[in-house]
Amino acid sequence: MRLRLTFAKQGALRYTGHLDVQRIWERTVRRAGLPLAYTHGFRPRPKIQLASALPLGFASRAEIVDVWLEEDLSPDEALRARLQENAPPGLEILRLERVDDRAPALQNQLRAAEYEVTLLDAPPEPELDRRVRAVLEAGSLPRTRRGKTYDLRPLIESLRLLPPDAQGRPRLAMRLAAREGATGRPDEVLAALSIPLHAARVERVGLIFEPQINTEEHG
Amino acid sequence: MLTPKEIEARLERVLLQVQKPGRYVGGEFNAIHKDWAQARTRVALIFPDIYDIGVSNVGLKILYDQINQRPDALAERAYAPWVDMEEKMRAHGIPLYALESKHPLADFDILGFTLPYETLYTNALNILDLAGIPLRSAERDETHPLVIAGGHATMNPEPMHAFIDAFAIGEGEEIIHEIIEAVQRRQSDAKGRKFSDRAALLRDLARVPGVYVPSLYEVTYHEDGTVAGITPRVPEAPPKVIKRIVGKLPPPPTRFIVPNIDIVHNRVSVEIMRGCTRGCRFCQAGMITRPVRERSVEEIVQAAEEAVAATGFEELALLSLSSSDYSHILELVEAVGERFRGRHLTVSLPSLRIETVSVELMERLKERRSGGFTLAPEAATERMRRIINKYIPDEQILETAREIYRRGWTTIKLYFMIGHPSETLEDVQAIADLCKRVLAEGRKVLGGKAKVHAGVSTFVPKPHTPFQWAPCDTVEQITAKQDLLKRTLRDRAIKLSWTDPEETMLEAWLSRGDRRMAGVVYSAWKRGARFDAWGDQRRHQAWLEAFAEHGLDPAFYTHRARRADEIFPWEHISAAVRKEYLFQDYRQSMEGKIRIDCRQQCYACGILPTFADLRRANPGEIWKCPEVKTPKRKVAPKAEVAA
Ligand code: SF4
Repeated sequence: MRLRLTFAKQGALRYTGHLDVQRIWERTVRRAGLPLAYTHGFRPRPKIQLASALPLGFASRAEIVDVWLEEDLSPDEALRARLQENAPPGLEILRLERVDDRAPALQNQLRAAEYEVTLLDAPPEPELDRRVRAVLEAGSLPRTRRGKTYDLRPLIESLRLLPPDAQGRPRLAMRLAAREGATGRPDEVLAALSIPLHAARVERVGLIFEPQINTEEHG
Repeated sequence: MLTPKEIEARLERVLLQVQKPGRYVGGEFNAIHKDWAQARTRVALIFPDIYDIGVSNVGLKILYDQINQRPDALAERAYAPWVDMEEKMRAHGIPLYALESKHPLADFDILGFTLPYETLYTNALNILDLAGIPLRSAERDETHPLVIAGGHATMNPEPMHAFIDAFAIGEGEEIIHEIIEAVQRRQSDAKGRKFSDRAALLRDLARVPGVYVPSLYEVTYHEDGTVAGITPRVPEAPPKVIKRIVGKLPPPPTRFIVPNIDIVHNRVSVEIMRGCTRGCRFCQAGMITRPVRERSVEEIVQAAEEAVAATGFEELALLSLSSSDYSHILELVEAVGERFRGRHLTVSLPSLRIETVSVELMERLKERRSGGFTLAPEAATERMRRIINKYIPDEQILETAREIYRRGWTTIKLYFMIGHPSETLEDVQAIADLCKRVLAEGRKVLGGKAKVHAGVSTFVPKPHTPFQWAPCDTVEQITAKQDLLKRTLRDRAIKLSWTDPEETMLEAWLSRGDRRMAGVVYSAWKRGARFDAWGDQRRHQAWLEAFAEHGLDPAFYTHRARRADEIFPWEHISAAVRKEYLFQDYRQSMEGKIRIDCRQQCYACGILPTFADLRRANPGEIWKCPEVKTPKRKVAPKAEVAA
């Protein structure tokens, strides 16, 4: 069966990269004693697919993974609890559901991702506001990443200021394209705002898929 | 000192600027988080190399469990930050902290280092420095943690004597509790003071069997620089510190830490036996971990099952110095194979003997022929094999190789050792020839697919071995031997790897050093030496300058045959193997005499008289030394209950 889990990735786990998250799921499922399905072939690999890589250092409350099991189990609270008990601290299973085995791969259905950013030492609000407007008003934002130049501007679907957090630190919300070959990175947007990544706390709050599997958080 | 919260806040600013930040944040499955305020004694266990290497260390895991099982104590972990992180920590004023609670190391009562190999010494100093703790034991007072160390390298503790308050010699399972209890009797409730009287604490510790407190001994030297005498300064300090062992191996740890990042060994390990009876003369581990004590097949399989379930790891390693010598190896392999078949688990069984049976054993364990098959002939001529007491005829090696290739492995890893003082270039040439002959066997079966990987390490005459009287080869000799191998092993199907002679020299200085070496270690660290086990970080020049600064000649430690009656710097540390026994074995080596496995014939190496009580308390199969006669009992033993 194909099990789809929505999970949060917080705390120390922010510093675990994409491939290692895959490993964490593998081990969590095994510790929970669930019959993980493997690919066939010379080097069988566990069948686990993450919807989207989350850059190192970012938290998330909207990650999605598909896990294939050899057995058909009911995706209920008992199963959630069993997995949760065997997950490392920082990985919180929010939801699980059964999906059709033939449903398209998550990666291919992804359209955009939403992020919230808390700024640890930000410029004064009017200045921040000015920079946000400058980014939005720019016709193009040429940037270089890994030696390749690309235009960041069309990847920014939205960017706005949120009310400050409890400690009065300014916050930003952004929605960035996340399609095959057209993925906006929040750290790149921060760079366009002249905010160093280490002075920001980024959290992914929603993954936007083709309409049928939208997992965006509302409210 | 910063609070854990302050440390976390500063970390957040730097973690994204270093490689693999997951090394520095903890949060692993199976990490134990105990209430800081509730624990009377807090211990930080430190592996002085990076997280990626340290986290899977079984010795520390045993101690971690032992301490955390006590209601009155807690244990947390710390590792050496890699150079990029060290730079950030220094720049941002972040002291080295423990991963569980993020408390700075200076907040702990005890810092316990494991020193499995000598090239970690400068890292240990660096860690103390990053923790803001005075490096020298003599400079610490009641406000500083007690710094202790154990591990194989501490069988010669002297090069680290100035920095470590107390060494735990031998096995740690029991002694750690005695150390904690001794510490608790001197712990202080006064604010800012950890201990009521540090000097008194050290004297108390010296009373614990197996604990060596270096500051309580006086070492004198002859004019030629050799040791004249090692004398206790106080009655509490025993003239000889005898290593500790456990009579029976306690249940192995199973709840291994599961890291959130990729590390070197992603696996659970179950120690199947401790000690080795083979008696290879170069092998320090084999000499210092005697006697052989085995676990039962049942206990091993049970522990493996529990560990795999508790971790979800994809690999199981069955550890020992010589798997083939485990009494029930066939039974064990069958039981493990049966239990885990079809569960996508890789099982590794290191150190198999070079014989065809080993190939069958491996075949039963492996579902796939992945990775190479490892054999360790160590030497390639009959003469050298007799000298080192590891005698495997060529024919046996070739037959085993044939069998390995025939059963589908494409790569054979062959481990050799060069650099013994009686080794000639002909002996080295024979290594190259043997590699080629093994490859030829492979080609007969597999054609161009067959491969050989020759790993050639360099001999260091280690303390507590029969070769402790022998000198090392010089760098020139080693280089000549390595060049010969590089020249002759040019086949693309043969991969050759070797140890940098500079690393060998460093290992030799540090393992054979006396107390004066401590000054050299300190100066080398001051000059930037750290991560000496990492080829790209090693600073040989810093070491040479450090020797010069102290007016010491490196060759004194490495290139000098020892007199038969020389007092070694480690003379007061006993592995319970008699010096006369080692010397006799050294003589036999020079005569080319083999000593067969002592399971078959006890040579009275000294283990039994030292541990007679333990042997008596653990009769039968589990020890591989002969039974010790029970002293006459006054009461007749209880009659056996009739079935
Ligand atoms: S006492 Fe005898 S059997 Fe035991 S380790 Fe020593 S030589 Fe071997």
